[in-house]
Amino acid sequence: MAKNKKAGWDGFSLKPRKEMPEGLWLSCPSCKNMLYKKTVDENLSVCPECRHHFRIDGPTRVRQLVDEGSLEELAQDLASSDPLAFVWGEQAYKNRIKADPDANSAHEAVLVGKAFIRGRGVILAAMDFSFLGGSMGMVVGEKFCRGVDRAIAENLPLVVVSCSGGARMHEGVVALQQMAKTSAALARLDEAGGLYISVLTDPTTGGVAASFSMLGDVIIAEPKALIGFTGPRVIQQTIKIELPEGFQRAEFLVEHGFVDMIVERKDLRSEIGRLIDYCGK
Amino acid sequence: MTIKDIKNTALQYLPFENEIAELDRQIEELRKQHLRDSLQGEASPAIRALQVKQTDLLQQIYTTMTPWQTVQVARHPQRPIFSDYLKNMFKDVRILHGDRCFGDDRAIVTALGQIGREKVMIIGQNKGKDIKEKIACNFGCPNPEGYRKALAKMKLAEKFGLPVVTLIDTPGAYPGVGAEERGQAQAIAVNLMEMSRLRVPVVCVVIGEGGSGGALGIGVGDRMAILEHSYYSVISPEGCAAILWHDGTQAPRAAEALKLTGRELLKLKLVDAVISEPLGGAHRNMHDTLYNVEQYITKNLAQLKRTPIDTLVNARYARLRGIGADCLPASAFAARRGKAKTPGRLPLKDKLAAARDLSETAAQ
Ligand SMILES: [Zn+2]
Repeated sequence: MAKNKKAGWDGFSLKPRKEMPEGLWLSCPSCKNMLYKKTVDENLSVCPECRHHFRIDGPTRVRQLVDEGSLEELAQDLASSDPLAFVWGEQAYKNRIKADPDANSAHEAVLVGKAFIRGRGVILAAMDFSFLGGSMGMVVGEKFCRGVDRAIAENLPLVVVSCSGGARMHEGVVALQQMAKTSAALARLDEAGGLYISVLTDPTTGGVAASFSMLGDVIIAEPKALIGFTGPRVIQQTIKIELPEGFQRAEFLVEHGFVDMIVERKDLRSEIGRLIDYCGK
Repeated sequence: MTIKDIKNTALQYLPFENEIAELDRQIEELRKQHLRDSLQGEASPAIRALQVKQTDLLQQIYTTMTPWQTVQVARHPQRPIFSDYLKNMFKDVRILHGDRCFGDDRAIVTALGQIGREKVMIIGQNKGKDIKEKIACNFGCPNPEGYRKALAKMKLAEKFGLPVVTLIDTPGAYPGVGAEERGQAQAIAVNLMEMSRLRVPVVCVVIGEGGSGGALGIGVGDRMAILEHSYYSVISPEGCAAILWHDGTQAPRAAEALKLTGRELLKLKLVDAVISEPLGGAHRNMHDTLYNVEQYITKNLAQLKRTPIDTLVNARYARLRGIGADCLPASAFAARRGKAKTPGRLPLKDKLAAARDLSETAAQ
């Protein structure tokens, strides 16, 4: 792992990369100001100086979004069966899931539940980047679909907050097929006339972008969130040109017609409530 | 298929075929000598002996291939590509161009055609033969307009009750600036959703490379088959190696870990069938390869056409929902992990939700 650390975070390692380091102070990656961590936390993890939206984990997202105490978590008792028995060198995917000391990992890479947002009942799925880069494997797919089932059964709007690097490599084609599985479940929701609000946060790429994230009836993005199919580094390596400023950022997607609106974190609750009212749910 | 055919097509050998190449050279030499001595009729016993030896060797190599060798065969420059299938496996083909929106992506070809006695909509990923064609086809890497064209033609097929046949062969969807500007992710996502509920039979076959989301974008159907020496993977072995070992040359090890061969995928129930290839791979005998694929498709189309469409669409959905539904209970790991902190939840609700969840799980 020493090698991994040196070369930078690999996007799949279980060690969560914290954008917000431990300690009292942190430096904003955007405006470089030194910020008091508590102030940032109280500001929904948004830089008070430049409005940089820090990445937040699933539980934090839920805490910020739903009416206090209203979450009933669904399908939380699920873990990957490691279908490929994936091993590389001395390491095994299975062991790394088990050994994860991060308490959040009990949610896997998505937290699904029934909750209220400004008094409106919803089925909510919040992805957690701190678990294997928010990657989608069998657990994410299964939890997502069970959430969709509940949304159909109880005629509730579905709100999904994406934050993911894509499909989980360690589960091979099983992970790849979760793209089809989640999209197929959304087709059922669509046929049932259900409302689906998709919220894209930094980052939403790969197999998650190319499946349920992009299928919202309404698609919202947080400011400057990275959204795309292929990550910018891979594109740069492949076609070897300098990428344009703002490429694959939320504003870029609005400009090209793939996102309905950009909403700041502080307004997310009220905007979702508004949309639900408009759609008569 | 005989050695003669191999010689006539100036076969390119893969790195693990050195001994085969050497035998070919020896056979060729003997043959020349044979001609020089102006001998008529049957090949000499020496030649025949070498041919037998070579067949045995091919058999041995191709039945004990490593996953990385399979990837190499799947990428063989002389492997039959979509245009070969279009020309030789389908009859009375009418190519339909364009997505009616942006352009005509040559990496995905859509056409009306006949296979056996069945009229179908053909959707296939094309890599191109010569360099000019390869560039036009973007080496089989589709842009969003390719996926949108595929969907438009599938909708056309749905309207007129034509079954859809998709032939998959792509390293992946194109990673370019234009592709991102035009919504590569959205194009693939919409295809997944719409193919899952398309009201005509859909048969998919991986004929070469099944490169991740780019393959899946035309790969949701009622039947999923893969040619023996093809692969289907969530990420390229090189890409996986770059992540795990920070070294693309570890691709053979990554190929092993990814379980990307037909045999492995069949074991995992991710494909319905592995279509066998002639001895020495599809590139040594296009005719027999196409015959095997055609047999698979016609047999399954006949079956699917007898099934009521509602049953078919429900089965398609159930099959997708079944993939990865066999999760383990997380509580198995919980002891070592410690209790998760869930925000804003009351202890009683916690218990109720957990109880409900368990009953849900049991009901699955
Ligand atoms: Zn700042």
